[in-house]
Amino acid sequence: MKIALPVENNMADSNISPSFGRAPYFLIYDSDTDESIYVNNTAAASQGGAGIKAAQAVIDLGAQALITPRCGENAAQVIKIAGIEMYKSQGLSAAANIAAYKANTLSPLDDIHPGFHNHGNK
Amino acid sequence: MKIAVLSGKGGTGKTLVSVNLAAVAESSRYIDCDVEEPNGHLFFKPQELQTHNEVTVMIPSFDADKCNGCRICTDFCKFNALALVNDKPLLFPQICHSCGGCSLLCPEKAVTLHPKPIGVIQEGVYRQVHVLTGIQNPGEPSGVPIIQRLLSIIPADNRINFIDCPPGSACVVIESIRDADYCILVAEPTLFGVHNLSMVHQLVRVFNKPFGAILNKNLDGENPAEYYCMEQRIPVLGRIPFNIELGRLNSDGQIAAHEKPEFHKLFTQLLNRVVQEVGHETIINP
Repeated sequence: MKIALPVENNMADSNISPSFGRAPYFLIYDSDTDESIYVNNTAAASQGGAGIKAAQAVIDLGAQALITPRCGENAAQVIKIAGIEMYKSQGLSAAANIAAYKANTLSPLDDIHPGFHNHGNK
Repeated sequence: MKIAVLSGKGGTGKTLVSVNLAAVAESSRYIDCDVEEPNGHLFFKPQELQTHNEVTVMIPSFDADKCNGCRICTDFCKFNALALVNDKPLLFPQICHSCGGCSLLCPEKAVTLHPKPIGVIQEGVYRQVHVLTGIQNPGEPSGVPIIQRLLSIIPADNRINFIDCPPGSACVVIESIRDADYCILVAEPTLFGVHNLSMVHQLVRVFNKPFGAILNKNLDGENPAEYYCMEQRIPVLGRIPFNIELGRLNSDGQIAAHEKPEFHKLFTQLLNRVVQEVGHETIINP
């Protein structure tokens, strides 16, 4: 099964990116083969809707779980409808988070932030 | 005659200038194009208020039976308003810019467009001023359709129209000055103010509009905005002093020109100068 993480660099010791939609790269870890690949996040350069486009990329890469420090509500909606599990990252190391996922010690991400653009401010 | 009042940032005095110029003119119209946060009506407190039909834009909906999940629409959307989840498009209406591209491109004709309200237009009267206000619903991506509607309903009469623009120099401002006969650039006496002045200055030159500057919050001593106007040969239409009484009246939602004779005189002189400039321009560029 594939797990996606927003990361700062495309290297093995990379840190988790503080942003999901505008993370520079996604790390896709395959727990069946124990292999990691790094994918450029093209959504990072979007003028708007970066979270939606990044969530689309996570779906298209075939991930079934997402480990992220935060997620905006538009991206979260896409991720949820796609049936991808969302976990809150702990600390900065991507590798440590993959280990925590395997050890089943990550908690689900439920503090979805309402975005930074005041959309749907009712 | 249509006179647009603009500035590169908020808080320089666009509303102060346009409200007070409209107030001292014999017969005028004040048009609030700052549709995200219209505030001219707070000064005029217009009577006989009418709210016009809602301004709408077209947004898509998707027929799940016809859609085959080809994702042409999703890949096309430059605003990322669409995601393809479980092989069906998912729309984020607040991000959609109503370009209609998805409905044009869909090979299965699964997309239909339907209207979505994004704001309203209010109309009222204050003494001799006809007050038009565009009000955008919070969270909508663009006020451009509301501004287009506002400017399209201006009657062809003898009133002087003052267009209170949104701050900045982006597409909402471009839309607001499109049909203007003259542009007033309101400037602040700071370096930051000069930077913002230079942005709107470039904009009005791109659109080939005649223009002049009003120096607001004028203090004794150096005024970087005035230097900029001299360097760039921008006509200075007048100066508004940095005056506590003027500031107080304005922050209380009062029309300064109707509260104190000295301010009435100040804005009348400004208006005469503006009308004179617009007259020159019509002779030079008929």
